[in-house]
Amino acid sequence: MSAVEPGRAWPDAPLVFERSRPGRRAGRPPRTDLPVPEIPEALARSSPPRLPELSEPELVRHFTALADRTFGVDTGFYPLGSCTMKHNPRVHERLAGLPGFRDLHPHQEDESAQGALELMWRLQEMLAEIAGLPAVTLQPAAGSQGELTGLMLMRAYFADRGEERDTIITADTAHGTNPASVTMAGYKLERVETDARGNLDLDDLRGKVNERTAGLMLTNPSTLGLFDEGIEEVAKIFHDAGALLYYDGANLNAVVGISRPGDMGFDIVHYNLHKTFSQPHGGGGPGGGPVAVRDRIAPFLPVPRVVRDGDAFRLDHDHPKTIGRVRGFAGPFGVFVRSYAFMRAYGPALRETSEVAVLNANYVLARLKDVYELPYDRLCMHEFVLSARNLKRQHGITALDVAKRLMDYGIHPPTIYFPLVVPEALMIEPTETEPKERLDDFVDAMRRIAEEAESSPETLKEAPRARPVRRLDEVRAAKHPVVRYDFGERQRAEAKA
Amino acid sequence: MGYLSITDADREEMLAAIGVSTVDELFEQVPPGVRFDRELDVPQALGEAELVRHIEELASRNVHTGAELSFLGAGIYDHYVPSVVDVVLSRGEFLTAYTPYQPEMSQGVLQAIFEYQTVICELTGMDVSNASGYDGATVAADAVFVAKHAVPDRAKVVLAETVNPQVRQVVKTYAPGFGLEVVEVAHTNGVTDPDRIAEVAGDAAAVLIQQPNFLGALEPGPDLVEAANGAGALPIVHVDPISLGVLESPGAYGAAIAIGEGQGAGNWPSYGGPHYGFLAARSDYIRRMPGRIVGETVDADGRRAFVLTLQTREQHIRREKATSNITTNQTLLALAGLATLSWLGPQGLREVGETCLALAQYARERISLELAFDAPAFKEIAFRTPRPAREVIRRAREHGVHPGYALGRDYEGMDDILLVAVTEKRTVEDVDRLADVLEEVCR
Amino acid sequence: MAAAESYPEDLRYHPDHDWARIDGEEATLGITWFAQDSLGELVHFEPAEVGATIAKDAAAGEVESVKAVSDVIAPLSGEVVEVNQKAVEAPEIVNEDPYGEGWLMRIRISDPSEADSLMDAAGYRAHVESQ
Repeated sequence: MSAVEPGRAWPDAPLVFERSRPGRRAGRPPRTDLPVPEIPEALARSSPPRLPELSEPELVRHFTALADRTFGVDTGFYPLGSCTMKHNPRVHERLAGLPGFRDLHPHQEDESAQGALELMWRLQEMLAEIAGLPAVTLQPAAGSQGELTGLMLMRAYFADRGEERDTIITADTAHGTNPASVTMAGYKLERVETDARGNLDLDDLRGKVNERTAGLMLTNPSTLGLFDEGIEEVAKIFHDAGALLYYDGANLNAVVGISRPGDMGFDIVHYNLHKTFSQPHGGGGPGGGPVAVRDRIAPFLPVPRVVRDGDAFRLDHDHPKTIGRVRGFAGPFGVFVRSYAFMRAYGPALRETSEVAVLNANYVLARLKDVYELPYDRLCMHEFVLSARNLKRQHGITALDVAKRLMDYGIHPPTIYFPLVVPEALMIEPTETEPKERLDDFVDAMRRIAEEAESSPETLKEAPRARPVRRLDEVRAAKHPVVRYDFGERQRAEAKA
Repeated sequence: MGYLSITDADREEMLAAIGVSTVDELFEQVPPGVRFDRELDVPQALGEAELVRHIEELASRNVHTGAELSFLGAGIYDHYVPSVVDVVLSRGEFLTAYTPYQPEMSQGVLQAIFEYQTVICELTGMDVSNASGYDGATVAADAVFVAKHAVPDRAKVVLAETVNPQVRQVVKTYAPGFGLEVVEVAHTNGVTDPDRIAEVAGDAAAVLIQQPNFLGALEPGPDLVEAANGAGALPIVHVDPISLGVLESPGAYGAAIAIGEGQGAGNWPSYGGPHYGFLAARSDYIRRMPGRIVGETVDADGRRAFVLTLQTREQHIRREKATSNITTNQTLLALAGLATLSWLGPQGLREVGETCLALAQYARERISLELAFDAPAFKEIAFRTPRPAREVIRRAREHGVHPGYALGRDYEGMDDILLVAVTEKRTVEDVDRLADVLEEVCR
Repeated sequence: MAAAESYPEDLRYHPDHDWARIDGEEATLGITWFAQDSLGELVHFEPAEVGATIAKDAAAGEVESVKAVSDVIAPLSGEVVEVNQKAVEAPEIVNEDPYGEGWLMRIRISDPSEADSLMDAAGYRAHVESQ
């Protein structure tokens, strides 16, 4: 495995506004001969929006150039920890694009959307089986929204019981979305520590759980990639105090068909359809964040709910204790088509996705732990965290430098500087769809980089050299935010010319 | 099996390298008490051909907008999605990349988002846009959260009743966690009265209105925004992106935040999603903006480059004090929006708007039903029906025409009002057919 | 261009990496070399308002770098009488000169006895070494 030679030419990528020419256009929408009524002057557009003006050939070239400057799972290895960058099956695009789904209006009468409703209902059934919890909502748009929904469900549950509880406990290794969701839900935050083995510190936990605790938010395995060996005791501590347990499904890819969050003791679970269930990440989204709950929390689920009446399926709004609606319609339906198809392609063998995910991660870990620091000396699950602290101490090379140099090897860096409890963290999640050779390439690249740290650290500091840009001035971007194209600049440049 | 690459030989080599004999040993850290020891009770696996057949069968049992002449709108619209969108959606790089945390790997996505942000600012007359929110309803909750922090001494938000019911429902779901009271202002003949806003906005952090509103009518936007500003509340205006070639931008008449559902600009209806919500604001609020923001900078060689910026607002840094918990957003759908708005250009967007206006006017005149409201419309008109609108819909569909949305589903006392939506995909002949069918079924 | 590591003798230090220079009834406050080094180049300083009352051990403003945000913890309680506008306009001055030009605010001290619980330079240096 060798690094790409620097000096490869990347063509310039003008902004679409820079490709624009006045009077050019691509689309000609249908027009009529009908007279256009006047809009009252106070409401009428005074000056046109400066949208791009270009022909279709230029438009196609523009987006093609941008795609060329983007690295996806389709391009190569993308071991971004806690994001589960698995292969996105291509048949899903064809299925989501079927006119019966793509062109189906969400206000269509239920009896004319039976195929869509049945797909959603069946997806719910499979998700319930995987979580070990019976009642599911598909409505939340992403994992974060699933988290917030879960917290709102807790609040409604306790309000219904007349119990005043105001605090949520999260792990110190928690993804930032957990505390952010806690704030948006109007709860106070308490943090519990992780012990030397990578499990929740039970003594610390017992001291913090009391009658004001609403619940725990936890992902298991944790962001360290470790299964909490004390999870049964953790569940008991919270349940004994009358509190609930919320499962952050970001790491579900480790345990599908192997351990169910409901059986671990969790009462509310969110899934990330774009992680565990193959919805493509889309450069940042869309995703899907369904939530499953125990029966006693089901009355509070968002509406509408997808229900079955004999052979028919419908949207049911009649749930007086519902927390309400968290998103439009019944959820991001196109995402459901893909996740449903993914699950139907494996059947009960979905378990193998977790087995291979865990195998792949342990293999990479075994071959790197002699070269990078391993903060917790245990077998991992679907991901693991290394520290580049040894490289920093010995050669002044940071996790950031390692990440940037990986780019020159044609590999997307892992997550860096997270979780916060590990200094110079590198969080690596290979996923189950990677063949062994890709894992070996990654190991080789990481080992070479460790060697380069000693023999030629300046190579790492200068990296990347094989991408369209070198390291960016992020300080400038933050101090002087330029967040849209400045049309005036172009006019001034044209006036000078 | 499925999409796995592993072979038995691979497995053996890997287990040896790890130093265990079986895969089961890797799961010893899972306590026996929580192990799942049976097979998952899910349907058996399907190969690709059988999978396609099964799912095509499900799709065939849905009546989509190609299978009947449809005038359904009410927040989701059958506007034309141009083929250039496929260039964005089908390129594997856009499809399968994630959030551009490593900018050197993602300049294409980052630049596209920067262009999207610019387009949204142009449409709405605002200074800063984020990289998208979940949908047109949740961005309203996002905007209210911004207002809550911008006007911290006020604990109320005012919603016009003419705002999309789903948008109002989502705001009401989020409001208790934000510690905000929600007050709604009823409509007056299908629009909102600025005096009624002024009456209740004196202790509100924000006022949310929609233009055009859910009943299809054009609101007195500038007057409503003035009433909100006069009361010290942030005006939030929910707009239809397709209308912004012919309707004034909210920024031009004093709005603080502009939001909306992007679906009509570049996404198919897809039974409700995924789509994209947009949120743009005046520069005063940039540090309180939720969601990703892409900024321009330079690299070590002075080349122009793009990067996620002001990340200290976001959950992965600011955690419990973040401006939002949003992480995954709707980037791919927003980029489809960018491609569509670029395909239209300013002239095309204006033409779509004019076609909508013209057809809506034609529908008003041609359909023999009474108008429910006097106010001018953009692309949706509310008609009074002699029998319940739901029944009219059922009967009309027997003739192969879906005439629209029954407003009685959301508004008390409106069981006899039918909301008809036109888009540039409908023709004069289509409207003639609708008029004939309605005449027939309303006899 | 960040300063070299130093912890002036004439200052009192708070364990959350803030300092106070006491001057009769008033004190000047700021963040230490260790704090600015951990954060990296500052891009934003959000001060408490002039006239606001701040409490010892509580947040009295925020500083931000590209990758982190941190509360400015008040080493002493009091009323804010002045905010360093230079730090607001050019926050990198805090990295360059954290104890001089990079001061953050001046307060009128409400409880002089609070100073007794703060560390001296040697004590703070030991605290930093243990981090």
